[in-house]
Amino acid sequence: MTKPQIRPATGARYSRIHGVGGYRPVRVIPNAEVLEWIDSSDEWIRTRSGITERRWAGPDESVAEMSVQAAGKAIAQAGISADRIGGVIVATVSHLKQTPAIATEIAERLGCGTAPAFDISAACAGFGYGLGLADGMIRGGNAEYVLVIGVERLSDLTDQSDRSTAFIFGDGAGAAIVGPSDVPGIGKLIWGSDGSQADVITQTEAWDTAFAKPDAVNGPGGETKWPYLRMDGQPVFRWAVWEMAKVAQQALDAAGVTADQLGAFIPHQANMRITDAMIKALKLPESVPVARDIAETGNTSAASIPLAMERMLETGEAHSGDLALIIGFGAGLVYAAAVVTLP
Amino acid sequence: MATKDEVLEGLAEIVNEIAGIPTEDVALDKSFTDDLDVDSLSMVEVVVAAEERFDVKIPDDEVKNLKTVGDAVDYILTNA
Repeated sequence: MTKPQIRPATGARYSRIHGVGGYRPVRVIPNAEVLEWIDSSDEWIRTRSGITERRWAGPDESVAEMSVQAAGKAIAQAGISADRIGGVIVATVSHLKQTPAIATEIAERLGCGTAPAFDISAACAGFGYGLGLADGMIRGGNAEYVLVIGVERLSDLTDQSDRSTAFIFGDGAGAAIVGPSDVPGIGKLIWGSDGSQADVITQTEAWDTAFAKPDAVNGPGGETKWPYLRMDGQPVFRWAVWEMAKVAQQALDAAGVTADQLGAFIPHQANMRITDAMIKALKLPESVPVARDIAETGNTSAASIPLAMERMLETGEAHSGDLALIIGFGAGLVYAAAVVTLP
Repeated sequence: MATKDEVLEGLAEIVNEIAGIPTEDVALDKSFTDDLDVDSLSMVEVVVAAEERFDVKIPDDEVKNLKTVGDAVDYILTNA
């Protein structure tokens, strides 16, 4: 008797992004409003970060609601029906209800049937991590189309009294439909982590220890004992610029693409200064359009790359079919870079 | 091995290139932040450029101690 053999799952040869969509909250917070909370100046904020305004979500703009809005646009661009989505991946660090995963509610609201749905925590590299998982699921035969969402309500974790971070963060959602392709549309993902620097971007306190001090927990805008996001600017800047420039170059090399062949460079919108320094370190040709969505959106962590991608396509700075280098990097530390074909 | 004057001169060129400060203003007693208006992120750029030029490692923890141009010159001379 022959030993039984498992029939392997067979997937698509290649994958690509079929559609991208974003959701930006209605409420605009200009620098002038931030200056009501911190002792700073518009010029200081602009020169340190390049940010002029950011969007903060209102009570009706939940993580799920923003995700559904963004995903709806991505699905429409992809031109598929939601029931063909065989996986929903939600990258976020600011969905404050841990269980169940918010992905299942989003899948249900979009009409994705019984598609597997789960959340991942990879901070500002979350969209890239999700893209890598989606690519593997599609080529591995475990899904036809996968919805990848990066979504944040970082305003809930922003300490409005901290002058080093109060002006940085914003809210929003970005989504992409990844699906089968006849030609390669997502290059090899260069991704990784560095736990030795776990403390340079972190939540100040775990929820359990915060709640152990009931008087201290006053919620966003209250006492600083609410767990907020903290960042140690200088080490983050050094790592994000010079280490990430190497990672970005590896992604180009792995894809067999040179910088001058790019139609767009879409780094995580962490800080305009990081973007500018990374362009220098990477020796990116001036002809390559660079995402600068942070100016009006702030740093939206996992949402920033798909939001910036949508904007570049909408404004005509980049075009469908162009090659884009994307790179996410953030708390963990974690990073993910790849060359992708724009939808 | 570079002399103190050579390190100062090299550092002045770096500060000039990154922050646009005239090289003659970059003197040993000048504070990067207060006198030369080099902000914390530009300081990191200066440090990385200095590491490359003088073949020295300047860890993040050390950057905070480099208040004046003289502090940086001394650190480079001692550790390069």
